[in-house]
Amino acid sequence: MIEIKNLQKSFDGIKVLSAISATFERGKTSLVIGESGSGKTVLLKCLLGLHNYDLGEIKFDGINYKNISDKEKMGLKSKIGTVFQGSALFDSMNIEENVMLPLKMFNNYSNDEMLDRVNQVLKRVNLENTNKKMPSEASGGMQKRVAIARAIVNNPKFLFCDEPNSGLDPNTAIIIDNLIKEITDEYKIVTIINSHDMNSVMEIGEKIIFLKEGNKEWEGSKHTIFKTDNESVTNFVYSSNLYKKVREMYIKNS
Amino acid sequence: MIFFHNIGLYFTMLKKMFDKPTKWSVMRQLIIKDTEDTVVNSLGIISFVSFFIGGVITIQMALNMTGSLYPKYLIGFATREIIILEFAPTIISIIMAGKVGSFITSSIGSMRVTEQIDALEVMGVNSINYLVFPKVIAMLLYPFLISVAMFLGMLGGMAACIYGGYSTVDNFITGIQTEFIPFHMTYAFIKTFVFGLIIATVPSFHGYYMKGGALEVGKASTTSFIWTCVCIIILNYILTQILLG
Repeated sequence: MIEIKNLQKSFDGIKVLSAISATFERGKTSLVIGESGSGKTVLLKCLLGLHNYDLGEIKFDGINYKNISDKEKMGLKSKIGTVFQGSALFDSMNIEENVMLPLKMFNNYSNDEMLDRVNQVLKRVNLENTNKKMPSEASGGMQKRVAIARAIVNNPKFLFCDEPNSGLDPNTAIIIDNLIKEITDEYKIVTIINSHDMNSVMEIGEKIIFLKEGNKEWEGSKHTIFKTDNESVTNFVYSSNLYKKVREMYIKNS
Repeated sequence: MIFFHNIGLYFTMLKKMFDKPTKWSVMRQLIIKDTEDTVVNSLGIISFVSFFIGGVITIQMALNMTGSLYPKYLIGFATREIIILEFAPTIISIIMAGKVGSFITSSIGSMRVTEQIDALEVMGVNSINYLVFPKVIAMLLYPFLISVAMFLGMLGGMAACIYGGYSTVDNFITGIQTEFIPFHMTYAFIKTFVFGLIIATVPSFHGYYMKGGALEVGKASTTSFIWTCVCIIILNYILTQILLG
Protein backbone atom coordinates (compact mmCIF):
# COMPACT_ATOMS: atom_id res chain seq x y z
CA MET A 1 0.00 0.00 0.00
CA ILE A 2 1.15 3.55 -0.71
CA GLU A 3 -0.02 6.37 1.52
CA ILE A 4 0.47 10.03 0.71
CA LYS A 5 -0.24 12.63 3.38
CA ASN A 6 -0.38 16.39 2.78
CA LEU A 7 2.16 16.21 -0.02
CA GLN A 8 3.35 19.63 -1.15
CA LYS A 9 5.73 20.60 -3.88
CA SER A 10 6.61 23.93 -5.44
CA PHE A 11 9.04 25.09 -8.12
CA ASP A 12 10.55 28.58 -7.75
CA GLY A 13 7.83 29.56 -5.28
CA ILE A 14 4.98 28.34 -7.51
CA LYS A 15 2.92 25.61 -5.86
CA VAL A 16 2.53 22.59 -8.10
CA LEU A 17 1.07 20.20 -5.52
CA SER A 18 -1.01 21.45 -2.59
CA ALA A 19 -1.57 19.12 0.35
CA ILE A 20 -2.35 15.97 -1.64
CA SER A 21 -3.46 13.00 0.46
CA ALA A 22 -4.38 9.61 -0.95
CA THR A 23 -4.07 5.87 -0.40
CA PHE A 24 -3.29 3.38 -3.15
CA GLU A 25 -4.09 -0.25 -2.39
CA ARG A 26 -2.48 -3.51 -3.46
CA GLY A 27 -4.08 -5.37 -6.37
CA LYS A 28 -5.92 -2.28 -7.62
CA THR A 29 -5.24 -0.10 -10.64
CA SER A 30 -5.39 3.50 -9.48
CA LEU A 31 -5.59 6.30 -12.02
CA VAL A 32 -4.48 9.87 -11.50
CA ILE A 33 -6.24 12.05 -14.04
CA GLY A 34 -6.32 15.75 -14.76
CA GLU A 35 -5.56 18.36 -17.38
CA SER A 36 -2.01 19.01 -18.60
CA GLY A 37 -0.15 20.97 -15.93
CA SER A 38 -2.40 19.73 -13.12
CA GLY A 39 0.55 18.13 -11.31
CA LYS A 40 0.13 14.45 -12.26
CA THR A 41 3.69 13.91 -13.47
CA VAL A 42 5.17 15.87 -10.54
CA LEU A 43 3.17 13.67 -8.15
CA LEU A 44 4.48 10.56 -9.90
CA LYS A 45 8.06 11.85 -9.84
CA CYS A 46 7.73 12.61 -6.10
CA LEU A 47 6.56 9.02 -5.57
CA LEU A 48 9.50 7.73 -7.62
CA GLY A 49 11.97 9.84 -5.67
CA LEU A 50 12.94 11.83 -8.78
CA HIS A 51 11.67 15.06 -7.15
CA ASN A 52 12.19 15.98 -3.51
CA TYR A 53 8.88 17.09 -2.06
CA ASP A 54 8.68 20.12 0.27
CA LEU A 55 6.22 18.93 2.90
CA GLY A 56 4.14 15.88 3.75
CA GLU A 57 5.03 12.21 3.69
CA ILE A 58 4.99 9.21 1.39
CA LYS A 59 4.79 5.73 2.92
CA PHE A 60 5.48 2.54 1.01
CA ASP A 61 3.95 -0.34 3.02
CA GLY A 62 4.11 1.86 6.11
CA ILE A 63 7.73 2.93 5.63
CA ASN A 64 8.38 6.65 5.21
CA TYR A 65 10.58 7.12 2.16
CA LYS A 66 12.41 10.09 3.64
CA ASN A 67 13.41 8.34 6.88
CA ILE A 68 15.27 5.38 5.43
CA SER A 69 18.96 4.83 4.69
CA ASP A 70 20.43 4.74 1.17
CA LYS A 71 20.70 0.96 1.38
CA GLU A 72 17.04 0.65 2.31
CA LYS A 73 16.17 3.07 -0.51
CA MET A 74 17.98 0.74 -2.93
CA GLY A 75 15.95 -2.17 -1.54
CA LEU A 76 12.76 -0.19 -2.08
CA LYS A 77 13.77 0.83 -5.60
CA SER A 78 14.25 -2.83 -6.50
CA LYS A 79 10.54 -3.28 -5.71
CA ILE A 80 9.45 -0.45 -8.01
CA GLY A 81 8.71 -0.82 -11.71
CA THR A 82 8.13 2.19 -13.91
CA VAL A 83 6.69 2.68 -17.38
CA PHE A 84 7.59 6.12 -18.68
CA GLN A 85 5.50 8.17 -21.08
CA GLY A 86 7.91 7.72 -24.00
CA SER A 87 8.87 4.17 -22.87
CA ALA A 88 12.42 5.39 -22.04
CA LEU A 89 14.07 2.33 -23.57
CA PHE A 90 17.85 2.54 -23.88
CA ASP A 91 18.60 3.16 -27.56
CA SER A 92 21.99 1.49 -27.47
CA MET A 93 20.61 -1.79 -26.10
CA ASN A 94 18.40 -4.37 -27.77
CA ILE A 95 15.09 -5.47 -26.24
CA GLU A 96 16.68 -8.34 -24.30
CA GLU A 97 19.38 -6.10 -22.80
CA ASN A 98 16.80 -3.43 -21.92
CA VAL A 99 14.67 -5.90 -20.00
CA MET A 100 17.72 -7.56 -18.43
CA LEU A 101 19.23 -4.34 -17.03
CA PRO A 102 17.16 -4.15 -13.79
CA LEU A 103 18.02 -7.82 -13.14
CA LYS A 104 21.73 -7.07 -13.55
CA MET A 105 21.49 -4.06 -11.25
CA PHE A 106 19.66 -5.64 -8.35
CA ASN A 107 20.55 -9.35 -8.43
CA ASN A 108 23.45 -11.74 -8.74
CA TYR A 109 21.79 -14.23 -11.08
CA SER A 110 23.77 -16.11 -13.71
CA ASN A 111 23.36 -15.10 -17.34
CA ASP A 112 21.17 -18.14 -18.07
CA GLU A 113 18.89 -17.40 -15.12
CA MET A 114 18.51 -13.80 -16.23
CA LEU A 115 17.80 -14.86 -19.81
CA ASP A 116 15.11 -17.28 -18.61
CA ARG A 117 13.41 -14.54 -16.62
CA VAL A 118 13.65 -12.10 -19.56
CA ASN A 119 12.07 -14.63 -21.91
CA GLN A 120 9.36 -15.30 -19.34
CA VAL A 121 8.32 -11.64 -19.06
CA LEU A 122 8.64 -11.04 -22.80
CA LYS A 123 6.26 -13.96 -23.29
CA ARG A 124 3.94 -12.41 -20.69
CA VAL A 125 3.69 -9.24 -22.77
CA ASN A 126 3.37 -11.23 -26.02
CA LEU A 127 6.80 -10.34 -27.35
CA GLU A 128 8.43 -13.73 -27.81
CA ASN A 129 11.35 -13.93 -30.24
CA THR A 130 11.95 -10.21 -30.33
CA ASN A 131 15.00 -10.33 -28.02
CA LYS A 132 17.53 -9.09 -30.52
CA LYS A 133 15.46 -6.25 -31.98
CA MET A 134 16.59 -2.71 -31.26
CA PRO A 135 14.04 -0.28 -29.76
CA SER A 136 14.16 1.78 -32.99
CA GLU A 137 12.93 -1.30 -34.90
CA ALA A 138 9.91 -1.73 -32.61
CA SER A 139 6.52 -0.04 -33.03
CA GLY A 140 5.11 2.31 -30.37
CA GLY A 141 2.91 -0.46 -28.94
CA MET A 142 5.83 -2.90 -28.86
CA GLN A 143 8.03 -0.32 -27.11
CA LYS A 144 5.34 0.16 -24.45
CA ARG A 145 5.16 -3.59 -23.93
CA VAL A 146 8.94 -3.82 -23.63
CA ALA A 147 8.77 -1.01 -21.06
CA ILE A 148 6.13 -3.00 -19.13
CA ALA A 149 8.28 -6.14 -19.36
CA ARG A 150 11.26 -4.17 -18.00
CA ALA A 151 9.08 -2.78 -15.21
CA ILE A 152 7.87 -6.21 -14.05
CA VAL A 153 11.03 -8.25 -14.60
CA ASN A 154 12.10 -7.84 -10.95
CA ASN A 155 8.67 -8.88 -9.59
CA PRO A 156 7.90 -5.37 -8.32
CA LYS A 157 5.47 -4.55 -5.52
CA PHE A 158 4.74 -1.13 -6.95
CA LEU A 159 4.12 -0.23 -10.60
CA PHE A 160 4.02 3.35 -11.84
CA CYS A 161 2.90 4.20 -15.36
CA ASP A 162 3.07 7.70 -16.81
CA GLU A 163 0.51 7.96 -19.61
CA PRO A 164 1.11 4.44 -20.93
CA ASN A 165 -1.36 4.99 -23.78
CA SER A 166 -0.06 8.23 -25.18
CA GLY A 167 0.66 8.04 -28.89
CA LEU A 168 -1.00 4.66 -29.35
CA ASP A 169 -3.96 3.74 -31.54
CA PRO A 170 -7.18 2.93 -29.61
CA ASN A 171 -6.85 -0.81 -30.12
CA THR A 172 -3.25 -0.99 -28.89
CA ALA A 173 -4.16 1.36 -26.01
CA ILE A 174 -6.83 -1.11 -24.84
CA ILE A 175 -4.33 -4.01 -25.10
CA ILE A 176 -1.85 -2.06 -22.95
CA ASP A 177 -4.58 -1.16 -20.42
CA ASN A 178 -5.70 -4.75 -20.12
CA LEU A 179 -2.11 -5.94 -19.80
CA ILE A 180 -1.46 -3.54 -16.90
CA LYS A 181 -4.73 -4.58 -15.24
CA GLU A 182 -3.93 -8.29 -15.62
CA ILE A 183 -0.42 -7.82 -14.25
CA THR A 184 -1.79 -5.85 -11.28
CA ASP A 185 -4.22 -8.66 -10.46
CA GLU A 186 -1.71 -11.43 -11.13
CA TYR A 187 1.18 -10.05 -9.08
CA LYS A 188 -1.03 -8.25 -6.52
CA ILE A 189 0.88 -5.01 -6.91
CA VAL A 190 0.07 -1.38 -6.23
CA THR A 191 -0.40 0.21 -9.65
CA ILE A 192 -0.63 3.95 -10.17
CA ILE A 193 -1.30 5.24 -13.67
CA ASN A 194 -1.21 8.83 -14.87
CA SER A 195 -3.63 9.14 -17.71
CA HIS A 196 -5.52 11.44 -20.02
CA ASP A 197 -7.25 8.58 -21.73
CA MET A 198 -10.96 8.32 -20.94
CA ASN A 199 -11.10 4.74 -22.18
CA SER A 200 -8.61 3.81 -19.46
CA VAL A 201 -10.69 5.66 -16.88
CA MET A 202 -13.83 3.77 -17.83
CA GLU A 203 -12.13 0.37 -18.29
CA ILE A 204 -9.55 -0.05 -15.55
CA GLY A 205 -10.07 2.83 -13.10
CA GLU A 206 -10.70 0.92 -9.88
CA LYS A 207 -9.67 4.04 -8.06
CA ILE A 208 -9.55 7.47 -9.69
CA ILE A 209 -8.03 10.67 -8.36
CA PHE A 210 -8.72 13.90 -10.21
CA LEU A 211 -6.14 16.68 -9.88
CA LYS A 212 -6.77 20.29 -10.75
CA GLU A 213 -4.09 22.97 -10.44
CA GLY A 214 -2.18 20.85 -7.94
CA ASN A 215 -5.18 20.11 -5.71
CA LYS A 216 -7.01 16.82 -5.28
CA GLU A 217 -10.42 17.84 -6.60
CA TRP A 218 -12.18 14.49 -6.54
CA GLU A 219 -11.68 10.81 -5.66
CA GLY A 220 -13.79 7.86 -6.73
CA SER A 221 -13.92 4.91 -9.12
CA LYS A 222 -15.03 4.14 -12.69
CA HIS A 223 -18.52 3.49 -11.28
CA THR A 224 -18.90 6.66 -9.24
CA ILE A 225 -17.42 8.95 -11.91
CA PHE A 226 -20.68 8.63 -13.90
CA LYS A 227 -22.73 9.94 -11.01
CA THR A 228 -20.51 12.73 -9.75
CA ASP A 229 -21.83 16.27 -9.89
CA ASN A 230 -18.36 17.78 -9.42
CA GLU A 231 -18.29 20.31 -12.22
CA SER A 232 -14.49 20.18 -12.77
CA VAL A 233 -14.59 16.39 -13.16
CA THR A 234 -17.59 16.37 -15.49
CA ASN A 235 -16.08 19.16 -17.61
CA PHE A 236 -12.84 17.18 -17.93
CA VAL A 237 -14.18 13.64 -18.33
CA TYR A 238 -17.27 14.43 -20.37
CA SER A 239 -15.74 17.07 -22.59
CA SER A 240 -16.74 15.16 -25.74
CA ASN A 241 -20.35 14.73 -26.86
CA LEU A 242 -19.88 10.98 -27.07
CA TYR A 243 -18.97 10.69 -23.38
CA LYS A 244 -21.79 13.09 -22.44
CA LYS A 245 -24.25 10.73 -24.17
CA VAL A 246 -22.66 7.67 -22.56
CA ARG A 247 -23.07 9.30 -19.16
CA GLU A 248 -26.71 10.23 -19.82
CA MET A 249 -27.46 6.64 -20.89
CA TYR A 250 -25.64 5.22 -17.86
CA ILE A 251 -27.62 7.43 -15.47
CA LYS A 252 -30.90 6.64 -17.29
CA ASN A 253 -30.26 2.89 -17.16
CA SER A 254 -29.20 2.83 -13.53
CA MET B 1 25.87 34.09 -11.04
CA ILE B 2 24.73 31.23 -13.29
CA PHE B 3 28.37 30.84 -14.38
CA PHE B 4 29.54 30.19 -10.79
CA HIS B 5 26.53 27.96 -10.15
CA ASN B 6 27.48 25.86 -13.18
CA ILE B 7 31.10 25.60 -12.05
CA GLY B 8 29.88 24.35 -8.66
CA LEU B 9 27.51 21.93 -10.37
CA TYR B 10 30.33 20.64 -12.59
CA PHE B 11 32.53 19.80 -9.59
CA THR B 12 29.54 18.26 -7.77
CA MET B 13 29.04 16.06 -10.83
CA LEU B 14 32.70 15.00 -10.70
CA LYS B 15 32.30 14.06 -7.03
CA LYS B 16 29.04 12.17 -7.66
CA MET B 17 30.80 10.24 -10.42
CA PHE B 18 32.59 8.22 -7.74
CA ASP B 19 29.54 7.70 -5.46
CA LYS B 20 27.63 4.42 -5.55
CA PRO B 21 29.55 2.68 -8.36
CA THR B 22 27.73 0.62 -10.95
CA LYS B 23 28.23 -3.16 -10.86
CA TRP B 24 31.53 -4.13 -12.50
CA SER B 25 29.89 -6.58 -14.92
CA VAL B 26 27.78 -3.72 -16.33
CA MET B 27 30.54 -1.09 -16.08
CA ARG B 28 33.02 -3.25 -18.02
CA GLN B 29 30.67 -3.38 -21.01
CA LEU B 30 30.08 0.38 -20.81
CA ILE B 31 33.83 1.07 -20.78
CA ILE B 32 34.39 -1.14 -23.83
CA LYS B 33 31.53 0.55 -25.70
CA ASP B 34 32.66 4.07 -24.79
CA THR B 35 36.28 3.28 -25.71
CA GLU B 36 35.06 2.22 -29.13
CA ASP B 37 32.81 5.29 -29.52
CA THR B 38 35.32 7.86 -28.35
CA VAL B 39 38.83 6.57 -29.09
CA VAL B 40 38.72 3.77 -31.66
CA ASN B 41 36.15 5.50 -33.90
CA SER B 42 38.24 8.69 -33.88
CA LEU B 43 41.35 6.95 -35.17
CA GLY B 44 40.42 7.47 -38.84
CA ILE B 45 39.75 11.21 -38.75
CA ILE B 46 42.72 11.86 -36.44
CA SER B 47 45.07 9.93 -38.76
CA PHE B 48 43.76 11.76 -41.83
CA VAL B 49 44.02 15.22 -40.26
CA SER B 50 47.46 14.57 -38.71
CA PHE B 51 49.02 13.27 -41.91
CA PHE B 52 47.90 16.19 -44.05
CA ILE B 53 48.41 18.95 -41.47
CA GLY B 54 51.91 17.51 -40.88
CA GLY B 55 52.50 17.90 -44.62
CA VAL B 56 51.21 21.50 -44.63
CA ILE B 57 53.40 22.42 -41.64
CA THR B 58 56.47 21.08 -43.45
CA ILE B 59 55.67 22.92 -46.70
CA GLN B 60 55.17 26.20 -44.84
CA MET B 61 58.40 25.72 -42.88
CA ALA B 62 60.28 24.96 -46.08
CA LEU B 63 58.88 28.03 -47.87
CA ASN B 64 59.93 30.24 -44.96
CA MET B 65 63.50 28.88 -44.89
CA THR B 66 64.63 29.69 -48.39
CA GLY B 67 67.80 31.57 -47.44
CA SER B 68 71.17 29.79 -47.88
CA LEU B 69 72.00 30.36 -44.20
CA TYR B 70 69.28 27.96 -43.04
CA PRO B 71 70.41 24.33 -42.84
CA LYS B 72 67.84 22.06 -44.53
CA TYR B 73 67.49 19.83 -41.48
CA LEU B 74 65.72 22.75 -39.71
CA ILE B 75 62.56 21.86 -41.69
CA GLY B 76 62.34 18.49 -39.90
CA PHE B 77 63.33 20.06 -36.59
CA ALA B 78 60.59 22.75 -36.78
CA THR B 79 57.99 20.24 -37.93
CA ARG B 80 58.77 17.97 -34.96
CA GLU B 81 58.60 20.81 -32.46
CA ILE B 82 55.27 22.13 -33.77
CA ILE B 83 53.68 18.69 -33.92
CA ILE B 84 54.84 17.48 -30.50
CA LEU B 85 54.36 20.72 -28.59
CA GLU B 86 51.14 22.10 -30.02
CA PHE B 87 49.56 20.41 -32.99
CA ALA B 88 49.08 16.88 -31.62
CA PRO B 89 48.07 17.65 -28.04
CA THR B 90 46.14 20.91 -28.49
CA ILE B 91 44.80 21.17 -32.04
CA ILE B 92 43.81 17.49 -32.12
CA SER B 93 42.07 17.99 -28.75
CA ILE B 94 40.03 20.83 -30.24
CA ILE B 95 39.08 18.57 -33.15
CA MET B 96 38.15 15.87 -30.61
CA ALA B 97 36.06 18.41 -28.67
CA GLY B 98 34.03 18.80 -31.85
CA LYS B 99 33.83 15.15 -32.79
CA VAL B 100 33.67 13.28 -29.48
CA GLY B 101 32.44 16.16 -27.31
CA SER B 102 29.32 16.84 -29.34
CA PHE B 103 28.66 13.09 -29.57
CA ILE B 104 28.83 12.81 -25.77
CA THR B 105 26.58 15.85 -25.20
CA SER B 106 23.99 14.81 -27.74
CA SER B 107 23.86 11.17 -26.60
CA ILE B 108 23.49 12.06 -22.91
CA GLY B 109 21.17 14.99 -23.76
CA SER B 110 18.92 12.69 -25.80
CA MET B 111 18.79 10.31 -22.85
CA ARG B 112 17.70 13.22 -20.65
CA VAL B 113 14.98 14.29 -23.10
CA THR B 114 13.60 10.77 -23.52
CA GLU B 115 13.58 10.10 -19.73
CA GLN B 116 16.22 7.35 -20.02
CA ILE B 117 18.21 9.04 -17.25
CA ASP B 118 15.08 9.06 -15.05
CA ALA B 119 14.65 5.36 -15.84
CA LEU B 120 18.22 4.70 -14.62
CA GLU B 121 17.62 6.69 -11.42
CA VAL B 122 14.41 4.78 -10.73
CA MET B 123 16.36 1.53 -11.07
CA GLY B 124 18.63 2.79 -8.29
CA VAL B 125 21.52 3.42 -10.67
CA ASN B 126 23.84 6.37 -10.04
CA SER B 127 23.28 7.79 -13.52
CA ILE B 128 26.35 10.07 -13.37
CA ASN B 129 28.58 7.12 -12.55
CA TYR B 130 26.85 5.02 -15.22
CA LEU B 131 27.14 7.65 -17.97
CA VAL B 132 30.23 9.74 -17.23
CA PHE B 133 32.69 7.42 -15.48
CA PRO B 134 33.13 4.98 -18.43
CA LYS B 135 33.83 7.94 -20.73
CA VAL B 136 36.53 9.20 -18.39
CA ILE B 137 38.13 5.74 -18.27
CA ALA B 138 37.87 5.45 -22.08
CA MET B 139 39.64 8.79 -22.48
CA LEU B 140 42.61 7.45 -20.52
CA LEU B 141 43.50 5.87 -23.87
CA TYR B 142 43.53 9.31 -25.45
CA PRO B 143 47.36 9.64 -25.20
CA PHE B 144 47.56 6.61 -27.52
CA LEU B 145 45.54 8.56 -30.10
CA ILE B 146 47.86 11.53 -29.72
CA SER B 147 50.92 9.28 -30.18
CA VAL B 148 49.41 8.15 -33.48
CA ALA B 149 48.77 11.80 -34.41
CA MET B 150 52.41 12.69 -33.64
CA PHE B 151 53.77 9.81 -35.69
CA LEU B 152 51.50 10.40 -38.68
CA GLY B 153 52.03 14.16 -38.53
CA MET B 154 55.78 13.70 -38.89
CA LEU B 155 55.30 11.02 -41.54
CA GLY B 156 53.05 13.40 -43.50
CA GLY B 157 55.66 16.11 -43.08
CA MET B 158 58.37 13.81 -44.40
CA ALA B 159 56.25 12.76 -47.38
CA ALA B 160 55.50 16.39 -48.27
CA CYS B 161 59.16 17.30 -47.86
CA ILE B 162 60.37 14.56 -50.18
CA TYR B 163 57.64 14.82 -52.83
CA GLY B 164 57.79 18.63 -52.78
CA GLY B 165 61.56 18.48 -53.17
CA TYR B 166 62.21 20.73 -50.19
CA SER B 167 64.79 18.49 -48.54
CA THR B 168 66.14 14.95 -48.50
CA VAL B 169 64.96 12.09 -46.27
CA ASP B 170 68.29 12.13 -44.42
CA ASN B 171 68.05 15.85 -43.75
CA PHE B 172 64.48 15.57 -42.53
CA ILE B 173 65.28 12.65 -40.20
CA THR B 174 68.37 14.46 -38.92
CA GLY B 175 66.12 17.44 -38.16
CA ILE B 176 63.63 15.26 -36.31
CA GLN B 177 66.46 13.87 -34.14
CA THR B 178 68.24 17.17 -33.53
CA GLU B 179 68.23 18.53 -30.00
CA PHE B 180 65.38 16.31 -28.93
CA ILE B 181 64.26 17.11 -25.39
CA PRO B 182 62.48 14.10 -23.86
CA PHE B 183 60.62 16.34 -21.39
CA HIS B 184 58.71 17.81 -24.33
CA MET B 185 57.04 14.43 -24.73
CA THR B 186 56.19 14.38 -21.01
CA TYR B 187 54.77 17.90 -21.35
CA ALA B 188 52.71 16.85 -24.39
CA PHE B 189 51.30 13.78 -22.62
CA ILE B 190 50.48 15.68 -19.42
CA LYS B 191 48.51 18.13 -21.56
CA THR B 192 46.88 15.26 -23.44
CA PHE B 193 45.82 13.57 -20.21
CA VAL B 194 44.25 16.78 -18.85
CA PHE B 195 42.54 17.58 -22.15
CA GLY B 196 41.20 14.01 -22.29
CA LEU B 197 39.51 14.50 -18.92
CA ILE B 198 38.07 17.82 -20.13
CA ILE B 199 36.75 16.24 -23.35
CA ALA B 200 35.05 13.49 -21.32
CA THR B 201 33.55 15.60 -18.54
CA VAL B 202 32.62 19.05 -19.91
CA PRO B 203 30.37 17.68 -22.72
CA SER B 204 28.91 15.14 -20.26
CA PHE B 205 28.03 18.01 -17.92
CA HIS B 206 26.26 19.93 -20.71
CA GLY B 207 24.33 16.82 -21.79
CA TYR B 208 23.41 15.67 -18.30
CA TYR B 209 22.07 18.98 -17.01
CA MET B 210 20.36 20.14 -20.21
CA LYS B 211 16.68 21.03 -20.10
CA GLY B 212 14.13 21.07 -22.88
CA GLY B 213 13.64 19.06 -26.06
CA ALA B 214 15.39 18.05 -29.26
CA LEU B 215 16.25 21.64 -30.21
CA GLU B 216 17.99 22.16 -26.85
CA VAL B 217 20.08 19.02 -27.43
CA GLY B 218 21.56 20.73 -30.50
CA LYS B 219 22.12 23.96 -28.57
CA ALA B 220 23.73 22.04 -25.70
CA SER B 221 26.14 20.36 -28.16
CA THR B 222 27.22 23.74 -29.53
CA THR B 223 27.60 25.24 -26.04
CA SER B 224 29.56 22.21 -24.88
CA PHE B 225 31.95 22.51 -27.85
CA ILE B 226 32.56 26.19 -27.08
CA TRP B 227 33.20 25.58 -23.37
CA THR B 228 35.39 22.53 -24.03
CA CYS B 229 37.53 24.64 -26.39
CA VAL B 230 37.69 27.49 -23.86
CA CYS B 231 38.79 25.08 -21.11
CA ILE B 232 41.40 23.45 -23.39
CA ILE B 233 42.87 26.79 -24.48
CA ILE B 234 43.02 28.23 -20.95
CA LEU B 235 44.50 25.03 -19.50
CA ASN B 236 46.96 24.88 -22.40
CA TYR B 237 48.25 28.31 -21.41
CA ILE B 238 48.40 27.48 -17.68
CA LEU B 239 50.12 24.09 -18.19
CA THR B 240 52.63 25.56 -20.65
CA GLN B 241 53.50 28.32 -18.18
CA ILE B 242 53.87 25.81 -15.33
CA LEU B 243 55.76 23.09 -17.23
CA LEU B 244 57.84 25.06 -19.71
CA GLY B 245 57.84 28.62 -18.38
